[in-house]
Parts: sequence; C-alpha cells; structure tokens
Amino acid sequence: MTWFDSAADAEKKLSGSGYLADQATATTTYLAGALEKPLLVEGPAGVGKTELAKAIARSTGAELIRLQCYEGLDEARALYEWNYKKQLLRIQASQGDDQTWSETHDDIFTEEFLLSRPLLTAIRKETSTVLLIDEVDKTDVEVEGLLLEVLSDFQVTIPELGTITATRRPMVLLTSNATRELSEAVRRRCLYLHIDYPDAEREHAILVGQVPGIEEKLAREIVDTVTRLRALELRKAPSIAESVDWARTLVALGTGTLDQATIDATLGVVLKHSSDIDRAVRELKLRQA
Amino acid sequence: MTLLDRHIAFVEALRSAGLPVSLSEGLDAADAVLTLGLHDREGVRAAYAATLVKRQPHRAGFDHVFDLYFPALVGDPTKPVDPDADPDNEPAEMPEGAQGLGDGPADLAAFRDDLVNALGLGDPDALQTMAREAVQRFGLIRGRAEGEQRWSSYNVMNRVSPGELVDRVLQGLLADLDEDPTMRRLVEAQVAVFSEMVDAEVRRRAAEVRGPEHVAKYTVRKSIDQIDFTSARKADLEEMRREIGPLARRLATRLNKHKASRQRGPLDFRRTVRASVSSGGVPLDTHHRPRRPSRSDLVVLCDVSGSVANFANFTLMLVFALREQFNRVRAFTFVDEIHEVSDRFHPGADPIETMASLAASAQYASLWGRTNYGRAFTRFTELHADALGPKTNLLILGDARSNYSDLGIDVLQQMVKESRHAWWLNPESPRHWNTGDSGARDYEKVVKMIECRNLVQLGDFIHDLA
Ligand SMILES: Nc1ncnc2c1ncn2[C@@H]1O[C@H](COP(=O)(O)OP(=O)(O)O)[C@@H](O)[C@H]1O
Ligand SMILES: [Mg+2]
Repeated sequence: MTWFDSAADAEKKLSGSGYLADQATATTTYLAGALEKPLLVEGPAGVGKTELAKAIARSTGAELIRLQCYEGLDEARALYEWNYKKQLLRIQASQGDDQTWSETHDDIFTEEFLLSRPLLTAIRKETSTVLLIDEVDKTDVEVEGLLLEVLSDFQVTIPELGTITATRRPMVLLTSNATRELSEAVRRRCLYLHIDYPDAEREHAILVGQVPGIEEKLAREIVDTVTRLRALELRKAPSIAESVDWARTLVALGTGTLDQATIDATLGVVLKHSSDIDRAVRELKLRQA
Repeated sequence: MTLLDRHIAFVEALRSAGLPVSLSEGLDAADAVLTLGLHDREGVRAAYAATLVKRQPHRAGFDHVFDLYFPALVGDPTKPVDPDADPDNEPAEMPEGAQGLGDGPADLAAFRDDLVNALGLGDPDALQTMAREAVQRFGLIRGRAEGEQRWSSYNVMNRVSPGELVDRVLQGLLADLDEDPTMRRLVEAQVAVFSEMVDAEVRRRAAEVRGPEHVAKYTVRKSIDQIDFTSARKADLEEMRREIGPLARRLATRLNKHKASRQRGPLDFRRTVRASVSSGGVPLDTHHRPRRPSRSDLVVLCDVSGSVANFANFTLMLVFALREQFNRVRAFTFVDEIHEVSDRFHPGADPIETMASLAASAQYASLWGRTNYGRAFTRFTELHADALGPKTNLLILGDARSNYSDLGIDVLQQMVKESRHAWWLNPESPRHWNTGDSGARDYEKVVKMIECRNLVQLGDFIHDLA
C-alpha cells in the first residue's frame, strides 16, 4: 500500500487529523512509508513522538498496534507466549481419554493456545497497520535484539507452528527519550527523526487547533512565555503537552490575557519541579522583591 | 557534477568529517533522495538527515557539510540560485561593491541599525539575508585575488560586532533593560544564530573557491560527543551538560543491573504450592517474594584543581545528575585537601545554583592550592573512612597529576579494597599517562584507570560496565 503520495501529502493528511508536522517530520514520515523502513523518533518528552504514530494511523485509516516498552519486558510479552494455564487444564482433561501424548501435544500447540502479543499481532494483520514501539529505550538490550530480528524480515518462527511472514508490512515507529543508548544495529536499520520543540508559529497553530475557544492573543502570549521558559536552563523544560495544558487551564479560568500575576498563579501547570518554578519566578521577575 | 557524483562526494565528505556512514546507509540515502526528488533543497536535506544522521549530536556537523555540497545559492548572494541551472556553469560572482553597497563607517552604522531591527524581530529569513550581506560587504580580506579565499568571518565579527548590539535590541523591546532577564537570553541566542549564519556563508564562499572537500575537512567541528573535555569551550560545556542526564541514568541502570535482571524476585515455594491446591496440584501461578529494593551507593572523588577545571566542571554536573539516580551519593572534591560536597546536591535542587555553590566551595578543597593526590587520599581515609563499604561503588575523576608529590598508592589500594567496585576516569590520553607529574600508570596498578576524554568515551565506559 502507499501510505502517502508525497511529503506534502503527508503534511496535509497529518494536519487533517490534528497533527501539525514541520517539513522534516512530514518528509521523513513520507519516506518511512515509501521505503518501508522503520522510523526511530527521538526527542524530549512531550514533543509529539507518540502522537505522530497515532496521527499516521488516524489519517490513513490504519489500525494502531502499540507495544509499550518497560524495564523487564520480555519476548513473552512482546511477541507471543503459550497459554500454559489453558494447556495444563487441557492435559488434565485429556488424562482419562485414550489420546496418546503426541496427539495431546499436537493439540495444545495450536492457534487456540497461542497468546499473540503486539509484534506478532502486527505481523499477522492483513489490513494496514501502524506498529508503535513506544519508549524503546526503557527495555533491556536483549529486547533490542528481538526487535531487530523481527524488523529485518518481518517474520517470526514459532517452532511448533512454523514461520509466519507478514503479508503486508506494517509501518513501524519506534520512539525513544534516549535514557539508554540504542544499539548501532537498530539505528542503522531505521530512518531517524529528531523532534524538537516547535517554532512559535507551529506551536501557536497547535494551541489554536487543540484548545477550543482560545483567543489569538492569549495563544500568542502563552507561546511567547513558554519560549522564554525554554531558554532558561530548567530541569524539565515545558513541552507542547504542557503548553496545551496551560492553554486549557487559562481558557477554563476565563483568562483573557497572560499578565505577571496570572503566570505566577498558574506556573505549576507548566513547570513540574519546584526549583524550576523558583527559577522562573526570579528570571521572569514575577514577584516584587 | 552528476547527481550520483555529488551524492558520493557528499557521503565521502561526511565520513571524513567523522560521521559514521555505513555502506547500506549510503544506499538508503540515495534511495530516499531519488524517491523524494530534487526539487526542494530542504526536502533533500531532510531525506539525507533521515538516512545518514542517526544521532542528534551529529546533526550540526551534517548541516555544515550539507550546506557546502548543496548550497542554497551560488556566487553573489543578491541573486537567488536557479534550481534548474547547472551550478558549474554559473557566472563568477560579481565584483564587490557592484550594487553600490559600500563598507565605509556610515555604511557600517546603517547596516548595524538594520541588524538591530532584524535581531529584535527574530525573523530567520531576514537574518539570513543580512548574514550574507555582512560577509559580502564587511568580510573581504584585502589584497587577495580572484580565485583565492577572500572572505573572513573574523573580519565581519570584528566590524559588525553583533554581540555589542544586544543592549540596543533590548532597548527597543523593553522599557527597562533588566525588566526581564529571559529576554536577554533570547536576544543573545539570536546573535549566536546570526554568527553561525555568517560562518556558514564564509564556508560556502570558501567552498566555491577551494572545493567543498577541502572546506569540509578543515572547518567542520567535531560533534559534541567527540570534543575533549579539556579543550571544550564554554558553549560546548553547556551542550555537554545537556547530554549528561541520560548518561547518568544509564550509569545508574548499569550499576544496579544485577538486581534489575532478576525482575521477579525469588520463588516463594510455599505460597506457590498452597495456591496449586485449588487447581488440582498443578502450580498454575507461581508466587514470588518481593524484590528487595537495595540500590548500591556511590562515592565520587573529583579533582577540582586548575589543570582539570573544564573536566571538573563537567564531572560535577555528572555527579549532580547521578544524585537523582542513587539513594546515597557521597561526593568529595579535592585539590590537596578533601572536602565533602554531598549536602550541596539536594534532590530536586537547581543545577545552576548547585554549580555556583560548588564553585564557591572549591576553596575548602585546597590548602596550598597545589594538587596532591596522596595527601587528598590520606585525608579522605582519616576523615571519611565510613564512606566506603562492601556495597560502595567508588569513582575517582582526575588527571592523576600530583605535582611530583607522594602518590599515596597504598592508601588508594586500601580504599579500593574496601569498596565493591572502583574506577578512575582520566581526561587525558594514555599517551600522556606518567609523562611529567602524572602518576596514572602507577595508580593503574591498583585501580582500573580508564581514559575518558569525551562523551563518547564516557558512554563507552558506561556501556562496558557489566
Ligand atoms: N505536532 C503536533 N501537533 C499537534 N499536537 C501535538 C503535536 N505534537 C505534540 N502535540 C500534543 O502534545 C501532546 C504530547 O505529545 P506526545 O506524543 O505524548 O509526546 P511524546 O511522545 O513525544 O512524549 C499530544 O497529546 C498532543 O496533544
Ligand atoms: Mg510518548
């Protein structure tokens, strides 16, 4: 299937589903579809990495399958496992019958007893699918080996069932916050996109798009203040997610304009560490000494 | 030059600028560019970046080389490039001054007024145009002939001095210059953008004269992860600092790995059997004892003497980041006296303030001001013997240059013995170990001494911790 006809088409479709991509993001997304290569997306938290995968699925009518990574994720959770409880019960139940062990064995290693996990599910899907492998840096290195295997030929061998090959390759997005360095091999296999904080114009458009009823002027002021906050060396700079939250809060409070006192009162929505709040209060001169 | 030639030369230049591009990535890149088409320069840039740049720190170097091989314009900046024209057939640039743009004092003053406006607006296109114009008008090296490199960013910066315009820009934006310090940072960032644009324009012109390979080879800076700590500039250090958080997290994960790998905790046999009664003796669910959440302790000793000032700056940031990851980090700075700084790293503290307070405390680490490792280690065991124990990871950071004083090898050996693991990270190349007053080779006999000159090596060290 063709995912997008061109970079411009990707930009248009993504924006139609509420995701405002810059040129690099649109171009790389188009290429990931056209070249059928997995796309590794890195960048700070809250800049729209996960949302990109969701938006691709929404805008192309594909199904989204998500593998959320965490420390300790293993093959049984990522790929497949046998439902051994059910198998045990089946063995117990067949003990009275005159079925031979090999017959029972053939019985219990069938589709009925297979628990398919996201990677296998995505490979077996015959309709178009976006596979999101989210926060891949949280897994252990071993899982990376597994991903690499699956992503290189989109097939999985289950000893008891044989080899399953994707009839239709899913579009694969991996996201990472870079808490762990991903292996060279994974990087080489993937296309790479680094998403950063948006420029003022795009952030403004995102706010207007996501926060119903927001005034132009207020949106400008929020973008402006958030940009200034990002220039401070904070422990956690505000991301798009935070500026959207802030805009929602201010609209809900019925705020028309963002003055010093309002910033001071609502800064907790944008900044998560108390030391960051202190620094912002000082640098923005929010309170008179 | 055909498209293919240009592609090959470009990839080759990236490699010689230090970007690791594999054969298959080179092919992917060609595929991507062909798929996309060449009509749009920024699209081509994105296609190359997606296929060739797999790490953000490499991006700046990539952009330098890209701009040399795919220039936005050719020759004179006042004429935009015609995308269909063969760049090799472009007429040579026009002689300077042809548009009536002079470089006398009055012209300079007028140009700077315009620049103040452009910096205040923060419009990248306007800045770009002005950067090109600045090079054309004020960057000329006198006495060089056609066909020689005739442009210099130094000349531009010297005459235009954009850094001195910050106050004027602020006057246009604020009633009171100190009303809002964040504004100053934004304007300073604009000045940095402008300076970088001037550099890029000078490189572009140089590439036209000397060929892009030459310019790529000599002017592209190493990526931030390859710059030596000891030769880092202030801006580099700031950039490095941003890379530290993830590294510290990785270091912590590595040091705690043996526990993490046993994710479930040991089998609770009794509960498992008891539960199996309800399923006819078949243990459907296994029960596990909770994992004991023990995190290992970290003790860090940092040399903060002048010879490693940059490195110390960096390592203290590392300690700060580690503080977030370990329950118990004890940190000590030393020159010839040992000084505990653990309490300056509160969880959730402000990094900038912490660094300032550390800098202020450096005086306590110094008695005579001459580094003396032997004395520092001895004082450490006298004052802080309780810091080390069978669960402690000991990390020593310094260049092992001890002004020919006693090295205190025995003391260090004892410290290593009392710890679970011990490492020494040295910001010098092994070539220099034991040259001059370095005792690195001697210390190496009692502790694992690891070369750690840059972020790549720090990353490797963390990676190799098994
Ligand atoms: N380009 C964008 N267009 C529209 N909304 C965006 C965009 N980028 C981010 N957002 C908003 O920011 C939120 C956080 O993005 P998310 O994808 O969860 O961040 P990440 O995965 O990078 O941490 C999203 O839910 C969305 O509302
Ligand atoms: Mg996410």
